Amino acid sequence: MEQKTKIDAENGKQEIVITREFDLPVELLFKAYVEPEIVAQWMGTKVLKLENKKHGSYAFETSDNKGNVAFVASGVIHEFVPEEKITRTFEMENTPFAAQLEFLTFEKLSNDRSKLTMHVIYKSVGLRDQILSLPFAQGINMAHNRLQNIVTQLK
Amino acid sequence: MNLRRDVFQAIADPTRRAILVLVATQSMTAGAIAANFDTARPTVSKHLQILTECELLEQKQNGREVHYHTNAKKMKEIADFIEPFRQMWDDRFNKLEDIMKNYKPSK
Repeated sequence: MEQKTKIDAENGKQEIVITREFDLPVELLFKAYVEPEIVAQWMGTKVLKLENKKHGSYAFETSDNKGNVAFVASGVIHEFVPEEKITRTFEMENTPFAAQLEFLTFEKLSNDRSKLTMHVIYKSVGLRDQILSLPFAQGINMAHNRLQNIVTQLK
Repeated sequence: MNLRRDVFQAIADPTRRAILVLVATQSMTAGAIAANFDTARPTVSKHLQILTECELLEQKQNGREVHYHTNAKKMKEIADFIEPFRQMWDDRFNKLEDIMKNYKPSK
């Protein structure tokens, strides 16, 4: 069975590519990225600011499960083309992690299917690998981990 | 092939990840693995070779057949490293899909 969300993280490179196909028209997929209430729901974050335009900026506030503010993520939008692409920076404020550059591409596959490609470029290879390992290190990932479960059963 | 093989290079390819998920549940012959993909058989063989070189897959002679099975120790290395990050995005995107499937314009 193929997994829906795929990550290409070639060893030794300072970039990753996340791809996902949705059972949604591209208009709805794009809307999920621009309507603050919807972004808040699926990202699990509070949207402090979201200016959907070239040279606009955004800020999200993420809390831990006790309601304490964990971090504020913010950035500026460099390109904004409805139902096609968003180019933006992303930075976790007050952390040692440098800003990253994100190229989001929205593609229509059919009338009710669409594809998102998220190409993320980090300051260095080391920083990329550190950020990729964050959910593991912090135990953010409470969800069922299929691959790991299979591995456990093999032991 | 003179390229250095390691697990992260191996899992950079979606077909190879799909092969790992497939073989993780049961050991299989190359033919049985290839039958699950639209990709040409030699391409699948190439993927199996890469996965074997980096020790994510192991070969075992079973009568006249060669079966591939996953190397649990190596699998754990990749599962530990990148899988939680992938899972985090997968959860977010699943939620996005659910929300938008039920989305009704407010007017």
